[in-house]
Amino acid sequence: MIELENVYKIYRMGDSEVHALDGVSLKIAAGEWVAIVGPSGSGKSTLMNVIGCLDQPTSGSYKLDGVEVARMSDRELARVRNRKIGFVFQTFNLLPRTTALANVELPLVYAGVRDRRQRAIAALERVGLGDRLHHRPNELSGGQQQRVAIARALVTNPSIILADEPTGNLDSRAGAEIMELFHRMHTEQGLTIVMVTHDPDIAAQCERVVHIRDGKILSDERNGDRRRVPGIAEQLTAPAIPVPEPVATGAVR
Amino acid sequence: MTIIESIRIALVSLSANKLRSALTMLGIIIGVAAVIALMGVGRGAQQAIDSQINSMGTNLIFISPGAVSQGGVRSSQGSAQTLTYDDAVALATSGLSAVAAVAPEARTFGQVVYMGNNINTQIVGVTPEYETVRNYRVQAGEFINAGNVTARSTVAVIGANIMTTLFNGEDPIGQTIRINNVGFKVIGVLEAKGGGGFGNQDDQILVPLTTVNARLQRGNFRGSNLVSQISVQATDAGQINLAIQQVSEVLRERHKIRFEDDFTVRSQQDLLSTANQITGVLTLFLGGVAGISLLVGGIGIMNIMLVSVTERTREIGIRKAIGATRNNILAQFLTEATVLSIFGGLIGIATGAVIARVISSAPIGGTLVLNSVVGMDSILLATLFATAVGLFFGIYPAYRAASLNPIDALRYE
Repeated sequence: MIELENVYKIYRMGDSEVHALDGVSLKIAAGEWVAIVGPSGSGKSTLMNVIGCLDQPTSGSYKLDGVEVARMSDRELARVRNRKIGFVFQTFNLLPRTTALANVELPLVYAGVRDRRQRAIAALERVGLGDRLHHRPNELSGGQQQRVAIARALVTNPSIILADEPTGNLDSRAGAEIMELFHRMHTEQGLTIVMVTHDPDIAAQCERVVHIRDGKILSDERNGDRRRVPGIAEQLTAPAIPVPEPVATGAVR
Repeated sequence: MTIIESIRIALVSLSANKLRSALTMLGIIIGVAAVIALMGVGRGAQQAIDSQINSMGTNLIFISPGAVSQGGVRSSQGSAQTLTYDDAVALATSGLSAVAAVAPEARTFGQVVYMGNNINTQIVGVTPEYETVRNYRVQAGEFINAGNVTARSTVAVIGANIMTTLFNGEDPIGQTIRINNVGFKVIGVLEAKGGGGFGNQDDQILVPLTTVNARLQRGNFRGSNLVSQISVQATDAGQINLAIQQVSEVLRERHKIRFEDDFTVRSQQDLLSTANQITGVLTLFLGGVAGISLLVGGIGIMNIMLVSVTERTREIGIRKAIGATRNNILAQFLTEATVLSIFGGLIGIATGAVIARVISSAPIGGTLVLNSVVGMDSILLATLFATAVGLFFGIYPAYRAASLNPIDALRYE
């Protein structure tokens, strides 16, 4: 469903040119869970932004579900970002001074959906925040904020989730919880997930790992069956933090 | 997405950022209120003076003794004592077609005593014509009649303010007051004319013109038949210029003048336009101060709008990343700026009107009443300017941010 062919992204810095993407070709099929791995400055975030239609490639072809993205209007791009893609950012990017519920409702507002309150509540319950509906971002922990962001990404029922260092700003326990959420989304709903990370442990949990460096793909290999890093599941059942699972499984249809 | 939806988004966003919204509105409120209050006061001053002049009567011409040159020295206007009661009689009896009535007056100041009360005020010697020409009405008793003038009677008609200050609610008719130690019987009380400005007309005491000259004047005026001013009423507004011409001819002939008039003729219109020039400068000055306030308010709006742009650029990036189109963003910001401008404008108009009212109720120069007039033009000017500034600086940065790639807006620092 995602097809990149010879994609370049070039930034001009004064006289010099920076090739953030240097001829990248990549195909991702529906239902895959792909990690894009590389050191900082390797172009992995740029690749992700191009895939997410947040940024336009300088040249090359990017087809999403067979449609050339470069030919889309502002309106069509907005529609794609709204319906097909859900974003999860490293810095959460929630609207400040706005409740969790209102943040999750927002994509539905732009989608013009009617029963958005119920759907937003359901999405928040799925990530285990049914009791934090009216909290503002500054009243939530980092892990909770990221779960609000995931609920916001899921609420329009997209087919692709794009996550840029989703655990980068979290401690390991909160990071493990977030990864567990991604696991469930992937296995239970068959979502396509593309995740940018520089953490090998996170990459090891994905089905396919694409290594990128200096804007070029170095390697593209499968992890075989999706593996769980031992210990993560055990951590999740630890009592200190309320575990989202019981609420969440009940809400998934 | 519908318009109602974007209004809802804008309102939610405004209420989520109350301090920012309040500060933006404050700029608009200050600018609009300042313009409305100051323009209102200026306009009020103008109207007060206009109504003062108009309350003197209609279609009037004022003849005053003119400046005179003697031995190369030109004295100021009124220094020559050239107008006499006989001149007034001549004007009234020469059958001038454009002249309806002639009312001479002789003014002096007098010490007025009744019982223990004592005031120093203006004494005006008049003839019966003065009542109609200068638009006076008697609220009790009667006006000075021709017999009083011929007989040099010691009778007086007092102004409305004199009655309250001198008589404390007692009926003044038939009582005797002493003016410069001469006893006068009060035969009438004038209706209040209100206003103030050039010698309050309600603070005067009217007595027969001949009596003033015979018994109250000091110096050269004593025993003469000089008058300080002759008011001439033209038959109608279109005849004023003709009346000025006719009056001047009669006086030149009587005074045997070949070169330079020894009297000055001015119409009521001249007075009005002179006064309007003065108040016009006043209004202009107040308008300038108000304009500066508006500018300061505008800069306030601009600052708060530009300062919030960093945060808002990120917000725009977030909104675009989750599916807002450029038009969604613009609609939201347009609505926000409009709501702020309208509310700020309304509050500003109300505040300005209240300030104008407070200023007009403050006592200025005794009995002068200044009714502030809050004009539609100042409301429109102030509100439109504030709205334009608010809209421009609210929307332009938003427009630029909305045109960015979402990722560039998200990364904006």
